[in-house]
Amino acid sequence: MRLSYPTNVRIVKVPCTGRVAIIHLMKALERGADGVFVAGCLEGDCHYQAGNLRAKKRVNYVKQLLANIGANPERVAMYNLSAGMGPRFAEIAREMTEKVRQLGPNPVKTGGAIKEVAA
Amino acid sequence: MIVAKPKPIGEIIDMIKDLNKVLVAGCNGCVAVCEAGGLKEVEVLASALRMHFMQEGKRMEIDEVSLTRQCDKEYFQPIDDQIDKYDAVVSLACGAGIQYMAENFGEKVIFPGVDTCFIGVTLEQGVWSERCQACGQCVLATTGGICPIARCSKRMLNGPCGGSEDGKCEISIVLGRDVPCGWHLIYERLKKMGQLDRFAHPSEDKDWIASRDGGPREITREDVRP
Repeated sequence: MRLSYPTNVRIVKVPCTGRVAIIHLMKALERGADGVFVAGCLEGDCHYQAGNLRAKKRVNYVKQLLANIGANPERVAMYNLSAGMGPRFAEIAREMTEKVRQLGPNPVKTGGAIKEVAA
Repeated sequence: MIVAKPKPIGEIIDMIKDLNKVLVAGCNGCVAVCEAGGLKEVEVLASALRMHFMQEGKRMEIDEVSLTRQCDKEYFQPIDDQIDKYDAVVSLACGAGIQYMAENFGEKVIFPGVDTCFIGVTLEQGVWSERCQACGQCVLATTGGICPIARCSKRMLNGPCGGSEDGKCEISIVLGRDVPCGWHLIYERLKKMGQLDRFAHPSEDKDWIASRDGGPREITREDVRP
């Protein structure tokens, strides 16, 4: 279809949105992404039955967490669309990019050191 | 298992806001099973805290670790030589683990990252329920395997009390959720087991010294000591 969508969108492929954990969304934001959206299958159409519903819960959890730490919950979002809805994907990518642009840059800078203590 | 729930993140932020270097230490025991203080929760909490302080423009280093257990001193060894560089530790272990960490690390400030609630079971993912109060003298043999201490709101040894209705404890009204009457459960189970004659033999007085009435408890077993 050769649809165009904003070039700033970086796609991370997962087999099912049920694979998306809270920490994945948090890491994206912590490392400077201005926004993250999860594009899952239509509700009721999950090949694994409830993957997209789990993702929805996690996105909502992260929204709440962001609100609790004084960040903008609008920086994360969940969308549902099928693999056959290319134009809708491009539309969502544009919509999310526009929303995030209005929110401005992510105030979280990547300056903080992230270290794992060996255990 | 010991069941805990995460503390509101605002409380944790308040505890550490004036510090510069903090370790978030999880426990891979009970609190990991009840999804309050294992590695996953450590990662999310540490990430959220870093984001919070970064956006506040405060230089704050927050590291992560999750120990096998925090109720056995051997498992503190991985952080023995690193603990000094932290201003404080936020421990996501149960109350026992948090205290044992404090005991083992001298004057180091240890903050609780969870609220420890009870000894219980997983009813389903995300739902935990109290089953034991560690009274030190188990009565389950005579109560159909259902604990009157943990499951009766009044901890009655000979119930029910008369305050229950349709099998629900009267405390349900106050709590706004259905709490089964412990003694109703015991009665129904003993009935199924054909052991209703148990009610003809009321329980003797319980020695509460074995419970908290005897002060902090300690067990020494010579048979397993080295």
